[in-house]
Amino acid sequence: MSGEKHHIVPYRLYFVVLIALLALTFASVWITSIELRDYTVAAALLFAIVKSYLVLNYFMHLKYDKPYIKIMVGFVFAIFLVMIVITFLDYLYR
Amino acid sequence: MEHAHHVEHPDMYDAESSKVGMWLFIFTELLLFGALFVIYAVYRYMNPDAFHLAGEELNRVIGTVNTVILLISSMTIAMATTALQKGQRNVAIGLVSITFVIGLVFLVNKYFEWGVKFSHGIWPGSEHMMNEMSHGEILFFGLYFVMTGLHALHIIIGMAIMVFAVRGLVRGKVHADRPSLLDNCGLYWHLVDLIWIFLFPLFYLIH
Repeated sequence: MSGEKHHIVPYRLYFVVLIALLALTFASVWITSIELRDYTVAAALLFAIVKSYLVLNYFMHLKYDKPYIKIMVGFVFAIFLVMIVITFLDYLYR
Repeated sequence: MEHAHHVEHPDMYDAESSKVGMWLFIFTELLLFGALFVIYAVYRYMNPDAFHLAGEELNRVIGTVNTVILLISSMTIAMATTALQKGQRNVAIGLVSITFVIGLVFLVNKYFEWGVKFSHGIWPGSEHMMNEMSHGEILFFGLYFVMTGLHALHIIIGMAIMVFAVRGLVRGKVHADRPSLLDNCGLYWHLVDLIWIFLFPLFYLIH
């Protein structure tokens, strides 16, 4: 059941992740305020994806979880991606 | 003879099952919000100019402030699990309480933000919205109220779970060998944070 010892994440690591998340937030505010035209959406989403990667891995401990949990999470995001792609294929080619 | 008298229930506690169960629940939440994000993407694709115009109406400063405090709250509740594993119960209680207060601040900000919208006559089905806004702007604000409203509801639920987690900590039912309630409370709160990470740029930043 609780055979293996749980990995204790040090406070300092959480703090470092927070600083990174805040930096990414301000960077995304800055990059969307300059005129990038069509790339604004892509830039904002890119920053959001990096931020969610940090939250999932460190705050939600996926980095320290067993592989099958990581695979499950990856699978759900893959389903979501497929849902978006199929929806837009439908709208673009109907 | 085991049947003759009531035996003490065996402890069925299993940290890993609890975690997997929580993740399965989180998946359903991701797909709920995922569907809303797809709706947003399609309507944005169909009404780019209206979404651009309507987005200018939102206050970037209040959106950024709420993002910052929500990220900080995610750190504090993550630290609470570390505190519990180290056996620092009071630190864990303090950290969860701080997280709760930050959630409250988030809601107060949301209250003022929505209040400004209401005072401008913008709410779902309002006269101003129906008569003076284009179809695309109505869609933008409809999605804005539904998605941030649903997110705020999740903040409230997350805060309610924190109350139970603190109660468990105080009563000694949640401890280093039995941390699932606190861990799952944290997972839920991070989910709320995760959703906001996407809501914030899509509504406040993209013009």
